[in-house]
Amino acid sequence: MSAVDTNTAALPEEEHDRAVAITWRAYAKALLRDRVAFVSAVFLLLLLIAAAGAHLLAPYDPNHANLGARFVPPLGTARDGGFHLLGTDELGRDLFSRLMHGARVSMSIGLLGALCSGIVGITLGVLAGFYRGLLEDLLMRAVDGMMALPSLLIALFILFVIGPGFANLILIFTLLHWMVFARMARSLTLNHQQSTYITAARAIGGSDRRIILTHLLPNMVSPLIVLFTLEIAVLILSEASLSFLGFGVQAPQSSWGLMIARGREYISSAWWLVVMPGAAIFLTALALNLVAAWARAITDPVQRWRWLTPPRRKNQPVDHDA
Amino acid sequence: MREMHPSQTTDATPAPLLEVRDLRVSFDTPHGLVKAVGGVSWTLSPGETLGIIGESGSGKSVGLEAIMGLIKSPPGHVAGQVLFEGEDVLTMKESRRRQLRGEKIAMIFQDAMSALNPALTVGTQIAEVYRLRRRCSQTEAERKAVELMDRVKIPSAKSRVRCYPHEFSGGMCQRVMIATALALNPLILIADEPTTALDVTVQRQIMTLLADLQREDGMALVLITHDLGLVAETVDRAMVMYAGRVVESAPVSALFDAPSHPYTRGLIRSMPRIDGASGALHAIGGTPPAAGRMPRGCAFHPRCTHRIDRCRAERPALRPVAPRHTAACHLVEEMTHD
Repeated sequence: MSAVDTNTAALPEEEHDRAVAITWRAYAKALLRDRVAFVSAVFLLLLLIAAAGAHLLAPYDPNHANLGARFVPPLGTARDGGFHLLGTDELGRDLFSRLMHGARVSMSIGLLGALCSGIVGITLGVLAGFYRGLLEDLLMRAVDGMMALPSLLIALFILFVIGPGFANLILIFTLLHWMVFARMARSLTLNHQQSTYITAARAIGGSDRRIILTHLLPNMVSPLIVLFTLEIAVLILSEASLSFLGFGVQAPQSSWGLMIARGREYISSAWWLVVMPGAAIFLTALALNLVAAWARAITDPVQRWRWLTPPRRKNQPVDHDA
Repeated sequence: MREMHPSQTTDATPAPLLEVRDLRVSFDTPHGLVKAVGGVSWTLSPGETLGIIGESGSGKSVGLEAIMGLIKSPPGHVAGQVLFEGEDVLTMKESRRRQLRGEKIAMIFQDAMSALNPALTVGTQIAEVYRLRRRCSQTEAERKAVELMDRVKIPSAKSRVRCYPHEFSGGMCQRVMIATALALNPLILIADEPTTALDVTVQRQIMTLLADLQREDGMALVLITHDLGLVAETVDRAMVMYAGRVVESAPVSALFDAPSHPYTRGLIRSMPRIDGASGALHAIGGTPPAAGRMPRGCAFHPRCTHRIDRCRAERPALRPVAPRHTAACHLVEEMTHD
């Protein structure tokens, strides 16, 4: 079979590059090469550590009032000799420690909210796209309807009725954000369902469950991860605005939004009370967005080899046929 | 080697493995019901190679997809009978039918590149059915995948079993596709234009491979194509479809030596020949009818050079021309004599 040999002789060299082992080491190296994504990832990692270990790592008790050390500016030292990296608030509580504890609330609300709305939305969206018919019509009209509602107002109204608090916030966010995932999951499902490989999976006798779980979902991961990351940022911001309005997290628990709300009264005299938590929100959202862009590239099964392989020297052109 | 079917050993003519009776497929569209396949009947014996020839839109793929149960309903409607080993596939329970697909009847597709899941390794995909039906372990499945890759002559299978489809060339993807279809040793392999997306040398390799595998396993092959050359080389019996109906069905030698339907004649004359006179190729005038606007009478009459008044009014039935050779034309007798 000389004909076969000619066909395959050229393959190993051409295909060698793309056949990088998809290992954690390759991912780590790819992350190191992308500086922006790397800095963002490090920032998020530090934030997660700070949030998770706030009770151990924070230099002060976040709720310990020290009236002798009120309004210490950032990098200032109180009269009793305590150093405060980001200053203190109107009750003399250390702002840095409060930010760390606030991060715990903000991050977990963002993560859990995105996770819950993601699970609900993706499940419904995939089912709608896969089975079409009445289910799809009802669901998608519901999505349209929900999208038309002013979400902040609805959130305020429901929280007014069922009362504020951590669990209720998650519930509200799931209720108000599942549509985003449902829409995207449905359109992705519709898109992939047209592909021959879904027909092929059916032709070898795959059940619906199997086709959805092993053939559809892995192909949808990349855009959904991006959406998930972006949603975390959106939810952190929503939580901030709800807490700012007094319907979110309640004192003595603190979150970034709540800190801004409290600091608002002193904005002319103690700017750091508003700027610091504001910066925390901004930087977290920014880092999440930047990591999302990187995650999109790296999770695409067809595209990721480009990011996972080290860049070539310029005199070695590569034929990037997709 | 598969063990012989009981009826096959006793009978001179083997019992059909697959029998299609008056298969009709239509679709709901915004312009009303459109008939894609209008009453097609054929049989397939064990180990036989059947070629289905037709232009795009002649209903050749749709008919086979209906047999496989890949037509979504609604908007599709499938009627008629498809007997697999005497059992009607169209009316059986969905779970039983799913069992049949992959296990007994497998299908490969035109564009192998897009028929493979980009998110899964080829090994996973090849062994998928096997794992599903035989309930084996991951390592066992991978071993099976390597074995199947060897069978379809993918070189250094062991090192490439964990590659992704985009790391493979088109011909290699088609081999992977074939390996997937062969995992459970099906009795029938339906190949929907398996080589259309490939260049000619690779085309040749794939067809040789299919013929080899067929000889080894004794499976029946249904080859859907519009490539007459391919049909002439590989097929035992060929069926020509036009506008959703069979217009001629004959052993392949008879089809090329004595085509009896004007459409078949036109097709064969439009094929370039290495021994024929050079010059412009013959073309069949006009275009095939749109599925929604089928002409009355014989669907081919607006393009037929031999048409008579009867063609406009009455649709010709398939009539025997010679043993195992049928054609649907009012002028069959005249056509075979000139």
